[in-house]
Amino acid sequence: MSALHHASLGQLSRLLARREVSAEALARLYLDRMAAHGDLNAFLDVRPEVTLAQARAADARIAAGEAGPLTGLPIAHKDIFVTRDFASTAGSRMLAGYMSPFDATVVERLAAAGMVTLGKLNCDEFAMGSSNENSAYGNVLNPWDRQAVPGGSSGGSSAAVAARIAPVATATDTGGSIREPAAFTGVTGVKPTYGRPSRWGMIAFASSLDTAGLITLSAEDAALVLGAMTGFDPRDSTSVQRPPEDYTRELHTPVKGLRVGVPKEFFGTGLQPDVEAAVRAALAQFVALGATLVELSLPNAELGIPVYYVVAPAECSSNLSRFDGVRYGHRAARYADLADMVKKSRTEGLGAEPKRRILVGTYVLSHGYYDAYYLKAQRVRRLIAEDFARAFEHCDLIAGPVTTSVAFDFGDKAADPTAMYLSDLYTIPGSLAGIPSMSIPCGFGAKGRPVGLQLMANHFHEARMLGAAHQYQLATDWHTRVPAGF
Amino acid sequence: MALTQADVARIAHLARIEITAQEASRTLAQLNDIFALIERMQALDTAGIEPMAHPLGGAQRVREDAVTEPDVREAALRNAPASQEGLFLVPRVIE
Repeated sequence: MSALHHASLGQLSRLLARREVSAEALARLYLDRMAAHGDLNAFLDVRPEVTLAQARAADARIAAGEAGPLTGLPIAHKDIFVTRDFASTAGSRMLAGYMSPFDATVVERLAAAGMVTLGKLNCDEFAMGSSNENSAYGNVLNPWDRQAVPGGSSGGSSAAVAARIAPVATATDTGGSIREPAAFTGVTGVKPTYGRPSRWGMIAFASSLDTAGLITLSAEDAALVLGAMTGFDPRDSTSVQRPPEDYTRELHTPVKGLRVGVPKEFFGTGLQPDVEAAVRAALAQFVALGATLVELSLPNAELGIPVYYVVAPAECSSNLSRFDGVRYGHRAARYADLADMVKKSRTEGLGAEPKRRILVGTYVLSHGYYDAYYLKAQRVRRLIAEDFARAFEHCDLIAGPVTTSVAFDFGDKAADPTAMYLSDLYTIPGSLAGIPSMSIPCGFGAKGRPVGLQLMANHFHEARMLGAAHQYQLATDWHTRVPAGF
Repeated sequence: MALTQADVARIAHLARIEITAQEASRTLAQLNDIFALIERMQALDTAGIEPMAHPLGGAQRVREDAVTEPDVREAALRNAPASQEGLFLVPRVIE
């Protein structure tokens, strides 16, 4: 092991348990690394005194013999999760300085397991974006190449883990916001089944799609943390009532005999040859490990983007109506009356992308258009979900690219919203179906930028998916590659 | 289908968002690009398909109609742009 910040969570956990390193020393190591790499702009709020107090409490738990496997491990949270001890902004001017009176369930659960919070991570405003260029607090840089976007919306999470300035980060995925940034920065990103982690305290974007997940250095690390963050929560009306599970239980299951579905729609025009080559090589690796490839079709997957850009804006226009300058958030300094105050506060507080989506959502929900757009989209959504259900009758996992290209440059798509929307071509179908999916590093493409392999499983089959990913990572070393200087 | 300036003005008002005269034409062009993308789904025949509101189906759970929150008035008011005597302050509505 070269350095602590290159260690796996399992290795760090064992060092903590044997008292060979203290939680406080580990927290200080990462706080120092965060400060040294502040130019990445990955963090929006850092409060060393809060972090160190949590670390000392973890050390006390370890000393008292009351520690679990996660006690003392540092974690950073995407700024979509509200936190009592750090400001929660969702990357928006609207919520500048907002101090939540409570912790999100995900944050609460991980804290209860003894994890130590390093701070809050930058993201696209209200998790709307694929490049992190929509944050009101500036771009996050990609540690592999500072000209390249880190992906979005969880760009702070992906950059922080890729730069080894956080060993693990929470993230959220509505249409690809965990998987795409993970692919662009060469790290592992896991979106579990919709409804498995609680949405309580996740600042809402599109409630039928929003799913909490993780960005880590490996599938094994993700499996270790996922169990602690998921589980039934009565405060979330779509939380799934299922017993907790051990996501590490299939890590050592061999891939031999695994049926890996390969949808032809994920290899059509638009897929760049460098990405295709790396993904095909990863599929060949699965075959070498004993898996069989099953060619299949998801005929309606291509309609994912049109469906998503009705459903997500509709839900966003409803969710973001709460920002009215009355109870919290930005209030305009000058206005004529109450109606004007609401309008000016929203106009000043919200950025261009949330406004665009609110306008689209307001239109598709408005009188006379609801059936033609919103209900139509929900009908096509069912057809897309049924495509997956049929596919999983013939395979255990589905594999393909995460993105059509490696990370693009800053500015490439920023002026053209629809070009940006197409970034999520391969991630949106799984989001609409609510199935678990993940991105793992599988090589490098143009300009030496990382490529991700997407794995998707049927609802609640996270353990199988993580197991296959772990077996791939035992046989390959893409996930251990570190960008220069980190 | 293409939106008009009047459509944009109408939905902007419904959404309580101001669009300046300078922004209006660019906003209209961007929304029309987005709707051009959206229109692709209209080609699919969805007769008889039940709309899917939620990935896992079924009705959403409802809870007992009981008070479950402790008194958080002070904590909630801490983020209010303006408050007085335990209440949110807004501009005068009734003259």
